[in-house]
Amino acid sequence: MSVDLSVNIAGVTFKNPVMDASGTFGSGMEYSEFTDLNKLGAVVTKGVSDVPWEGNPTPRIAETPSGMMNAIGLQNPGIDVFIERDLKFLEDFDTNVIVNVCGHREEEYLTVVERLADRKRVQMLEINVSCPNVKTGGIAFGTDAGMLEHITSEIKKKAAQPVIMKLSPNVTDIAEMGRAAEAGGADAISLINTLMAMKIDIYKRDFAIANKTGGLSGPAIRPVAVRMVYDVSHAVKVPVIGMGGITSGEDAIEFMMAGASAVAVGMYNFHDPGAMLKVIKGIEDFCEKTGVKAVNEIIGCVG
Amino acid sequence: MINEKAVVTENKKLAEGVFSTVFRTEAAGICKAGQFVMVGTGSDSRLLKRPISISGADPVSGEIRLVYRTVGYGTTELSLSKEGDSFDILGPAGNGFPVEKAADRQHILLVAGGIGAPPLLYLVRELKKQGIDRDRITAVLGYRGEKYGLFLKDEFENEANVVLSSDDGSVGVHGTVMDAIGEKVTEADMIFACGPLGMLKAVKGYALEKGIPAYISLEEKMACGVGACLGCIVKTAGVDSHSHVNNARICTEGPVFEASEVMI
Ligand SMILES: Cc1cc2nc3c(=O)[nH]c(=O)nc-3n(C[C@H](O)[C@H](O)[C@H](O)COP(=O)(O)OP(=O)(O)OC[C@H]3O[C@@H](n4cnc5c(N)ncnc54)[C@H](O)[C@@H]3O)c2cc1C
Ligand SMILES: Cc1cc2nc3c(=O)[nH]c(=O)nc-3n(C[C@H](O)[C@H](O)[C@H](O)COP(=O)(O)O)c2cc1C
Ligand code: FES
Repeated sequence: MSVDLSVNIAGVTFKNPVMDASGTFGSGMEYSEFTDLNKLGAVVTKGVSDVPWEGNPTPRIAETPSGMMNAIGLQNPGIDVFIERDLKFLEDFDTNVIVNVCGHREEEYLTVVERLADRKRVQMLEINVSCPNVKTGGIAFGTDAGMLEHITSEIKKKAAQPVIMKLSPNVTDIAEMGRAAEAGGADAISLINTLMAMKIDIYKRDFAIANKTGGLSGPAIRPVAVRMVYDVSHAVKVPVIGMGGITSGEDAIEFMMAGASAVAVGMYNFHDPGAMLKVIKGIEDFCEKTGVKAVNEIIGCVG
Repeated sequence: MINEKAVVTENKKLAEGVFSTVFRTEAAGICKAGQFVMVGTGSDSRLLKRPISISGADPVSGEIRLVYRTVGYGTTELSLSKEGDSFDILGPAGNGFPVEKAADRQHILLVAGGIGAPPLLYLVRELKKQGIDRDRITAVLGYRGEKYGLFLKDEFENEANVVLSSDDGSVGVHGTVMDAIGEKVTEADMIFACGPLGMLKAVKGYALEKGIPAYISLEEKMACGVGACLGCIVKTAGVDSHSHVNNARICTEGPVFEASEVMI
């Protein structure tokens, strides 16, 4: 029981390295009956934009081998309702709050970032420049290194909290994207967002998802994610938050050994609403079993 | 909501491809008609839970019953289960039918298309428990045909007046449930319906035309079942309470909606 699970990311202390991956946990409200939010390293909220977004038509999700595809299209109530309802709800919990921000255009991101500047409840911002399910903007910032560096630096000028840039895996050279975010002033980097994918219902001769393409997540993408976390964490000096198919403490440890300072659990929350507490316990068990006194000792220990 | 491993206490075949599985679960003490549970597949490559309506609950024995058609991996696994097997169960989820709104109604019409019948069986029993007697309730049940099995028919007949329809004309009115309503149902002042989308659209049209309140249970692909993923929305006439757009979450604000509220 004496394992030190705390980690530090850009000056923010986390009681343990486990948080939810944006969009898979709402703002914590829906899952708070299954997972004590006070036990999490952080709650990462669903992407929020300047105004409400309707998202995509249904079907929005499809099961795939060891994972799922989604094309929610970032449905959200917009920053005003988010501040009044979701942030207020999180006021009562003793955990870090990371707000995930989305937009089509630069001004939209900046509006949200500015609206959050005076919110003490928010410890960090995570900028989603990588959602594959939104037609304009968003994804372009995440796939063009020049644009990524530019938007990072613009956001940094307005942000009151440390900024995490969330990278898209749908690029040729992920390390280059990591370096671009760092050059733009990112305080940390998170990855991976979902991999662009497609599924066809052969009996209906139609796409399984109305958007045609969707983002793949879950254990199916884990080896890709581990490799990308390794590549980025060896290309930059800022801390990295790793995600992609984490289901257990062992999976989390794998990401940390590849270079992640913290990890996020995504679609596995749907499989088991208590998953994150088991991941935290699993990390602790691994450390005890293998004689690790402080979990931060293992960060990047491989390679 | 309960999140637990629930134990199978009974599993039987009702018709070709239709099964009834009973679970012992704490959800039995807190669920209501129209709600559903998310059932795990037991596979570590089929990670999403499957939404299945509760077709009956006994708070005393602590059991719920699921009646389902085998369509893919999860429902097939369930159908192969034996007493003592366990499955992950999350629920009860969703809003359920507004049973109380039927209290003063004289001609309650239940419309079930095929595998839409299970939640309505739970509902009819709850209506009876409220003191509504059988001659105030008509259940219209649509089947493929006699040779495919008339699952749950006898159980409905124990509770209410039953009108049947079949696609092949082997039993009841030859045609859809709407054809059966047209031929056999003279009065209704309240409708509850569950079935394929095409049927629900027809029920909605009928209810709007006649000015009858109608509550319909919708389906959509679900990942979380608790309102977090926003995968399961239906377009609504009014602004929704969650995202303040016009999208209600079927798993949370539904699966039962007043027909005029949803843009189906
Ligand atoms: C609220 C609700 C209540 C339901 N109640 C019943 C019931 O009482 N009896 C019954 O037989 N069926 C019911 N269904 C449909 C049932 O969910 C599907 O038949 C089941 O999910 C199929 O799973 P599978 O693994 O056998 O099929 P697969 O084809 O292997 O499933 C693949 C994926 O698609 C999803 N899926 C497939 N068909 C449907 C569908 N029609 N609706 C939603 N998701 C689907 C599965 O959940 C899974 O994620 C209900 C659906 C909803 C939304
Ligand atoms: C249903 C769903 C919704 C998501 N919504 C968001 C989002 O709003 N913002 C974001 O940055 N990432 C979003 N993601 C991506 C996840 O945060 C995560 O990067 C990805 O799913 C990989 O992790 P996993 O394999 O553990 O799910 C979403 C993923 C899923 C499955
Ligand atoms: S299934 Fe996730 S919000 Fe309904």
